[in-house]
Amino acid sequence: MLQLTFALCAFSCRAVPVQTPESCSPSTGVVQVAAGVYVRPGHAAVVFEGDEIANIGFVVGDRCVAVIDTGGSLAEGQALDCAIREVTERPVCYVINTHVHPDHLLGNLAFKRPGVEFVGHAKLPRALAMRGDTYLERASAYESRALHESIFVFPERTLTSVIQLDIGERVLTVRAHKSAHTDHDISVVDEKTKTAFLGDLVFLEHLPVIDGSINGWIGELEAMTSESLAYVVPGHGPVRALWPSAAEPTLQYLTGLRENVRAWIASGGDLASAQDNIDQPRSEEWLLFDRYQRRNVGAAYAELEWED
Amino acid sequence: MMINSRCNAFAAQLGCATVLMMLAPVMGEATTVEEDMVWTGGLRQAYFGDRPITQSDDLIVLDAPNRAEDAAIVPISITAQIPQTDERYIKTIHLFIDKNPGPLVGTFHFTPKSGRADLALRVRVNAYGPIRAIAETSDGELFMSRRFIKATGGCSAPAGSDLDAAMARLGKIKLRTNSVARLAQPTAAQLMISHPNLNGMQMDQVTHLYAPAHFVRHVKVRFDGEEIFSAETGIGISENPIFRFFFVPDSEGQLTAEVTDTQGLQFRQTLQVVPVGTLR
Repeated sequence: MLQLTFALCAFSCRAVPVQTPESCSPSTGVVQVAAGVYVRPGHAAVVFEGDEIANIGFVVGDRCVAVIDTGGSLAEGQALDCAIREVTERPVCYVINTHVHPDHLLGNLAFKRPGVEFVGHAKLPRALAMRGDTYLERASAYESRALHESIFVFPERTLTSVIQLDIGERVLTVRAHKSAHTDHDISVVDEKTKTAFLGDLVFLEHLPVIDGSINGWIGELEAMTSESLAYVVPGHGPVRALWPSAAEPTLQYLTGLRENVRAWIASGGDLASAQDNIDQPRSEEWLLFDRYQRRNVGAAYAELEWED
Repeated sequence: MMINSRCNAFAAQLGCATVLMMLAPVMGEATTVEEDMVWTGGLRQAYFGDRPITQSDDLIVLDAPNRAEDAAIVPISITAQIPQTDERYIKTIHLFIDKNPGPLVGTFHFTPKSGRADLALRVRVNAYGPIRAIAETSDGELFMSRRFIKATGGCSAPAGSDLDAAMARLGKIKLRTNSVARLAQPTAAQLMISHPNLNGMQMDQVTHLYAPAHFVRHVKVRFDGEEIFSAETGIGISENPIFRFFFVPDSEGQLTAEVTDTQGLQFRQTLQVVPVGTLR
């Protein structure tokens, strides 16, 4: 397989495609997970250490197209835009950002044009403003070019509860969640096919990462499991999974971690020792465990130590 | 298209690897002279003038993770290598993170009643760089323990993840001993303050004004009226500041913590301590 990859690359690298405004390079691997619902698959990697990390996608209505997350760079956003044009001539009218993390949001700029409305959680602007400097620095280093803060496109329409967007004979239910994976997660349900883009409320394969509230996240996921959905698109992992079974690995990890961290706090152990010692729950499924477990223990500890 | 993607991904990896290979020797050879530019280029002079500073781990040992998984909460600790006696003790520890917007994280004061000038706390780390603790003894000597921290993790930013939760609990204080208090023995205690510790660098995207800084400025802990630990702190301290320190309970008494923030808000908590061995 590796050899094949080498061979393919060696062959095609010689041919530099001519870039004209009319031609573009669409994202590859885009799959239709339900009628009119498309996902560009992500591949587990640490942010700013890889490309195409998150599952991102779009839903095609009779009137226009809604994009849900735009990828980790302008180039990824442009490739998604291009992939959309291969599927439909209808214009993009909404970009919905599930949360602030750069692997989901830094492709926004590719869609900034008249007729496109950016939608996000009411707390997304603050979250982006707080992290902007760090993201700019890391993105510039990763892309080896000086990026300007104009790469950040803030939502024009923000929500604190639930709104519905009509994209033409097709309604999307956009929901703002309580603090969970982040303090500003958004999920999107395509009512026509009952397919839900859950952003990083659900991880498969890629270890869940806590940047909001472990208690909140468990609460939101438990409440959501009673919803009747046909399919969900997790933020990481396979492009499509069944509901509510798709929530189980994330829930098991979070509840197990919470139990371990609570026990550590109760025994008087401090944060540093918790990070050095808590290496459970671990399952073979989780990728990037060594990169994110310490962070998760720290985030969980800092929250749970305030429980009475 | 499949071919292109594989190629692009491969080329990107190759490019990245090549760049890394090119950088590696340079980074490997990076001397502490370069790492310490902020310090030698003005910070040291501004805070300590020409006073001699001994760089060694003989007086205090600074412990910090090599890599900070979450730049907003980096646990660090300082362990004193001498006891606190009336004759000679560690009076003050200055903590610096060179590349933070405000490099002086805090100044921490101890007394003979502290028993041990140990300290654990959590800090924000903005970028790869040195962190240094400088201890000042009661006879005026300065000793520095230095470490290098890599702040990393793409999602990380030196700010908290759930500001609203911290704000809702603003001023709540937890004060406790971390071990069984024994008469006349150094006893570990922990002070936790629920506070967002806003650094004033978060721009409101609607008004384009910076949210005013709002952070814990001053901490004072007494045992039975006598000061055992105090601190002047800045924006380098993590949200929900936490301090672990020692005190010597030489009788039954009250541990009292007083906290003041930059808006003049004051918070206070007390804890009755009955050391083992106390005659009642």
